[in-house]
Amino acid sequence: MKKWLIGSVCFIFGVSASAQIDSSLLSRTPVDTSLRQSMNMDAVYNRPFLQSGKIPVTVGGYIEADYQYIGEDGVTDGHSFRIPRMTIFIASSLQRKIKFLTEIELEEGGKEIAIEFAALDLSLHPLLNVRGGVIMNPIGAFNQNHDGPKWEYVDRPIAMTQMLPATWSNVGFGLYGKQYVNDWALGYELYLTNGFDNSIISNSENRTFLPASKANKERFEESANGQPLLTTKVAIRHQKVGEIGLSYMGGVYNTFEKDGLVLDEKRRLGVFAVDANTSLPGISTYIVGEWAWVRVDVPDTYIQQFGDRQQGGFVDIVQPVFRRSLLGFDKAVLNISCRLEYVDWNVGTFRETGGNISDDLWAIVPGISFRPTAQSVFRLNYRYMQQQDILGNPPAVIGGVQMGVSSYF
Amino acid sequence: MKKTYRLFPIILLACVLVFSFACEKIIPPAPAENSLLDGPMEGLTHAEQAQFLAGDIAFNEEVFTTQTGLGPLFVATSCGSCHIGDGKGHPFTTLTRFGQTLPNTAPDRSIGGPQLQHRALPGYEPEQVPAGVPSMQFNPPAVTGLGLLAALTDAQILAQADQANADNPGISGIPNYISPPPYFIPQNNHQAVDGKYIGRFGKKGAAIDLLQQTVGAYNQDMGITSTFEPVDVATGLITDPEVSDQTVKDIVFYLRTLKAPLPRKTDDAEVLQGKALFQTLRCSACHTPSWTTLQSDIAALSNKTFFPYTDLLLHDMGAELDDGATEGSAETYEWKTPALWGLGLSPNSQGGEYYLMHDGRARSIEEAILLHGGEAAQSKEAYQALSQADKDALIQFLESL
Repeated sequence: MKKWLIGSVCFIFGVSASAQIDSSLLSRTPVDTSLRQSMNMDAVYNRPFLQSGKIPVTVGGYIEADYQYIGEDGVTDGHSFRIPRMTIFIASSLQRKIKFLTEIELEEGGKEIAIEFAALDLSLHPLLNVRGGVIMNPIGAFNQNHDGPKWEYVDRPIAMTQMLPATWSNVGFGLYGKQYVNDWALGYELYLTNGFDNSIISNSENRTFLPASKANKERFEESANGQPLLTTKVAIRHQKVGEIGLSYMGGVYNTFEKDGLVLDEKRRLGVFAVDANTSLPGISTYIVGEWAWVRVDVPDTYIQQFGDRQQGGFVDIVQPVFRRSLLGFDKAVLNISCRLEYVDWNVGTFRETGGNISDDLWAIVPGISFRPTAQSVFRLNYRYMQQQDILGNPPAVIGGVQMGVSSYF
Repeated sequence: MKKTYRLFPIILLACVLVFSFACEKIIPPAPAENSLLDGPMEGLTHAEQAQFLAGDIAFNEEVFTTQTGLGPLFVATSCGSCHIGDGKGHPFTTLTRFGQTLPNTAPDRSIGGPQLQHRALPGYEPEQVPAGVPSMQFNPPAVTGLGLLAALTDAQILAQADQANADNPGISGIPNYISPPPYFIPQNNHQAVDGKYIGRFGKKGAAIDLLQQTVGAYNQDMGITSTFEPVDVATGLITDPEVSDQTVKDIVFYLRTLKAPLPRKTDDAEVLQGKALFQTLRCSACHTPSWTTLQSDIAALSNKTFFPYTDLLLHDMGAELDDGATEGSAETYEWKTPALWGLGLSPNSQGGEYYLMHDGRARSIEEAILLHGGEAAQSKEAYQALSQADKDALIQFLESL
């Protein structure tokens, strides 16, 4: 599988590379890469693509690379350079109403290769589109709208990647649609997919950890329990104000039955998320945030290390300092920004004492980012974070500098 | 204006350079060394540091799951779950022991035990203490400095014993003699008495050495079998080892070489006053302040004087602390003198509060003192007779340990 993927990527790039001998053969598809002017549900197609001549296949991708110097309570592992991910997009229009897109991600220098998205879309009406394949469950906004070059921070939001499992993809089918009325846009999505498994409450993180199910690649071949996971979202956007979305993801997560034998009772999880983004008029301050609540049916006879409720989210405030021609770039932008994030992996109280269960984290991440073009970002962040263990003992204090680049290509 | 923009890359480069040279200052500072319980003792070789690190990872980071052998019945999922930061534990992971009610008798395995596994993997039913069976609760102890206690000789411990009640009227420490498990290999510091050895670890002193303590905890706390303890506690059947011998050895080495807690405010006048009162009230008759090791196979443990404030012996603690259950040769009302080092740091590992005595029932140091009975009754009464200022000084001293 890995060799096949690498071969496919090489082939696509080989085609592109030969095409680049004559640059007139290449054209960029018009795209709006600004997060601020499209709905989150459009993010998967709202990317810059390269097209070679009249071939109905477009190619794109992005890369992230960074440096960090981070330590905890006076101890650091020193300077570290990383390439967290490189992602390739390939899209094609089979017919005016049928299109296909895949997103293949190579993480940590190729240590892991994942198909994050590979779906066929059939458009019947603006309000009725059918999507099938490997889809990104529309829980919150970040899971669908996560491309590195769109964000001003080296790290992804912790609540969205370590509490919610972004990027969370599954095989399934569903419907989506959108309706425009003047400055308003209303969208919906509804999918049934394969879902989670027992590992969310049995994992080396020692906490309820939805991302643990990402390690189960068998979910792309069969469901862990034969029960579909429902993910649905509604979002509304005003072109001059911003967007707000409400989403839900839920279903049975555990393998309660195997070969006709009942192993446990059905145990459900439910996730509710709200996301929003807006630009303040006049000063162009861009604000984007997301908050989610997780509820998991954990047996009473299990250990409270694995909580039955979680909550967390983030808010990014981005202030453009200037936008003008600079160093040969026509529309260069310099931003200052600040991210606030919080996660509580275990909401509740101890049965033994009635005291609060901690296992939480908060962080503040100020940053500077420079965008020579809308598709590329150089970013410098300082991270300050405090993380408490389950008992609420004095927190581990984590801090350091992160610098990185992320760009579409 | 244009000139400013030309300077932009230079300013950016300067920022990067400043960050590069100032990066040491960027990292949050380390807490004071004497406020932490974890960390290796001084004097380890590079090879010993490497083994300490391997043990640290196995102890604090390895979490057992269904796939790696957890349970099916268990109390906790990792060593670090009970001993967060290597310190005292929280009632969340309190152990319940039962099955033996008389000294020098074998635990009655027909009723379960000797430890309750009150948690279970999904789909399994956890264990319960049978109705009417006495049990005792053990709050997890701190695990620091154990290597120094393990390095003492049985002869040194016996020299502190006072079975005849001669040296200290009313106080008669005795060792808990334990039948060794099949894998126990006596070291130079051990001496057998009728085939039994002095237990030094655990609330009653039921474990002779740190290997027994470690594999017993793997087996009974987490349901993890090893070549040393191959029987699964849930089924009673021998299973393939779920933790390697090397990992067990690494953890034992880690426990042997964890530094001893460092005292704080040692020059404070009130602390010094409390220290004097500790002697006057004869607390030190059981809580022996200092010991010195002899030669050890680990150089860092050899010939070291240390201050644990324990005699490693059993004492009658009175009816209020008699839980009706016991281990080894201890009576139900006898408890091994707990080490007091690190006492003041307990809230840092117990969620900001105190859970003291063997079962965590005491919510403050004073409450713990007032729960002392039996051989310690006179000391308790002497404490109660102190002025408030003297009481405060004694507490300050205990918090400084």
